[in-house]
Amino acid sequence: MKKIYLDHQATTPIHPEVLSLMENIQKEIFGNPQSSHYFGFEAKKLLEEARENIASLLNVSPSEIYFTSSGAESNNWAIKKVAFANQNKGNHIIISAIEHPSVIQPAKRLEKLGFEITYLPVDKYGTIDLEELKKKIKKETILISIMHANYEVGTIEPIKEIAEIAKENKIIFHSDGVAAAGQLKIDLKELGVDLYTISSHTFYGPKGVALLYIKRGTKIQPLIEGGIQENNRRAGTENLIGIIGMAKAYEIAIKEMEERKNKLEKLRNRLIEELPKKIDNIYLTGHPQNRLPNHASFCVEYVEGEAMVLYLNQYGIACASGSACSSKQLKASHVLLAMGISPVLAQGSVIFTLGINNTEEDIDYLLEVFPPIVKRLREISPLYKIS
Amino acid sequence: MRRVYADYNSSTPIDKEVKEAIMPFLDEKFGNPSNLHSFGRETKEAIENARRKVAEFLNTKPERIFFTSGGTESCNWAIKGIAFANQDKGNHIITSSIEHSSVLNSCLALKDFGFEITFLPVDEYGMVDIEYLKKSIRKDTILVSIMHSNNEVGTIQPIEEISQILKDYDIYFHTDAVASAGKVKLDVEKLGVDLLTISGHKIHAPKGVGVLYIREGVKIENLIHGGHHEQGKRAGTENLIGIVGMGKACEILMRDMEKDIKKIKELRDYLEKKILENIEDVKINGHLEKRLCNTTNISFGYVEGEALLVNLDIEGVAVASGSACASGEPEPSHVLKAMNVPIEYINSPVRFSLGKENTKEEMDYIVEVLIKTVKRLREITAFKKSV
Repeated sequence: MKKIYLDHQATTPIHPEVLSLMENIQKEIFGNPQSSHYFGFEAKKLLEEARENIASLLNVSPSEIYFTSSGAESNNWAIKKVAFANQNKGNHIIISAIEHPSVIQPAKRLEKLGFEITYLPVDKYGTIDLEELKKKIKKETILISIMHANYEVGTIEPIKEIAEIAKENKIIFHSDGVAAAGQLKIDLKELGVDLYTISSHTFYGPKGVALLYIKRGTKIQPLIEGGIQENNRRAGTENLIGIIGMAKAYEIAIKEMEERKNKLEKLRNRLIEELPKKIDNIYLTGHPQNRLPNHASFCVEYVEGEAMVLYLNQYGIACASGSACSSKQLKASHVLLAMGISPVLAQGSVIFTLGINNTEEDIDYLLEVFPPIVKRLREISPLYKIS
Repeated sequence: MRRVYADYNSSTPIDKEVKEAIMPFLDEKFGNPSNLHSFGRETKEAIENARRKVAEFLNTKPERIFFTSGGTESCNWAIKGIAFANQDKGNHIITSSIEHSSVLNSCLALKDFGFEITFLPVDEYGMVDIEYLKKSIRKDTILVSIMHSNNEVGTIQPIEEISQILKDYDIYFHTDAVASAGKVKLDVEKLGVDLLTISGHKIHAPKGVGVLYIREGVKIENLIHGGHHEQGKRAGTENLIGIVGMGKACEILMRDMEKDIKKIKELRDYLEKKILENIEDVKINGHLEKRLCNTTNISFGYVEGEALLVNLDIEGVAVASGSACASGEPEPSHVLKAMNVPIEYINSPVRFSLGKENTKEEMDYIVEVLIKTVKRLREITAFKKSV
């Protein structure tokens, strides 16, 4: 059976060039980068080259790049440990209502420990309101965390403007860039953020490796203590092959960004334009223009999202409903609810996120098989009958 | 140039069979294990298969195995997670003074949150003082963390005896078994521990993956919040390659461990004997019997330790002075200090840690280089032996 992967927001395959680099390194290099001998030195050299490479692509200093094991770890680190390191200044934190669970759950944990959390609302497109943000800022506000782009609806947030507001009020600003990295131009200096999260496996790098950018001078404690790795701020023997793979994957993503964007936008726009012509009561979620180039997300009325995913899977099409990371929980997505979508309609969430290997034929195939699936599911849907 | 790697306690090369097992997950199998579609299901299956292998290796159930990014994360999680989840019962923690930096520094970090830490002394062989432990237990003690064996000198601690003592109390017991994995049979039931840490890159699996065993019913808080991964206890998209590699490495150990231990111990004993026969004023640090089969930590009197390591490296012999996680530390090793190693021996320890790839011929080469180098350094050293 034909297999079509349309779930690139959840994860991406490793790019062939990255793969062959990782294989070569794996063959030759195994030293612990902290060891003071030949095997350690050659590992350390590659580690620092990777750091310099990715730092220069992000327009920051290598000493501001800290490698971690996942976007979730980076987000946990940023939220919890900026909070603890700055609690002498205040206990108020602002995050958006549509953040990833790895931002929301640490915030909830902090709430239990006496921090106050404000969940900033979003409009119907999932964009945060800058005026509302300004109003929510208090004397005690020590941290703002707002994602660069939303993984579930693709909406891009006004990060630069938020950074200016944060700066004026001397508040530390973290942005979760997991969904954005590899797709949007990211110049961390220009964006003006203090902390920024990037994860390798969303831009054709390996899983199990990510980074946290920490601007020089930002007060933060370590999340993982122990050895002297990562400038004494993140202990643990470095995932060398993963780190080298991530740096290479990011380099390729930057090199091919324009080309990828043009291709993906064209394919994505076909979905956005043609699906509503073939299926009635289907609604695009997220911002119609200001969205990730590869992201097409919908709510299909009177149908269960998970049912669509499983049905499409039988036709060889892999896609998502709600967040990949919460797809085991059968409840309406907090992102869609925050956008004012009714809980019933939110159940019908389906997300197609395209990748560099997708073709026009893949889109043709989806457009061919998806409408009859919706039709069949509606035939057995009690809600559809009532309507 | 000839190179001999004798620093297996720092890191190990990835096993050939492990590399083969990883290969399919580097390219065609890449799905996010959390996803419902078939790309996700096949990787989920691979992860659960690895979990079964690790569980079998430690003689427990798969659901008691939690994957992390490494030994350091596991130790951080065990110590901080138990501390914060059991604060209502008490705030006292007992550990030893010769733990790895990930345990020591996690404990030190807890001091800032009002926890009290007792660091148990060790005897001259690096063995934890059991009587001192008994006396240190208090009503408010919530956790004991003692390493299974010491990474620097190889001394194996009386873990079973300690868990017998703790049986009568409501105290959790964690053991850092990173240095022991593959060299001593680890059976969590027999050991009687509640939590146990192992790391992938010390057993010929990739860097960036570790395991925390958590006994059923243990109250522990997350270190990384968000997402349902690892039964909701550890957020972050799984390090697929690392985990698959870890499972395979455990499978290989179950098959080959006995044979490998015998071979490595013979080499270690041969190396030790040759050094003692050929070089004067040397001292073996650690327990002579209750010791890891692959490790010998030898101090060379009247030699500058740093110069010795550098010169050995120039001759192609890769060894360590102690933990790689603490290299760059100007101070003598905290382990040797705790063991009260005499002043003339404390600054010049060399840790030889062997692995299955080493040969007898390599041992001869190490001894040849050592004889030459120690002789030369003693001629120029300021630390003259008083005759």
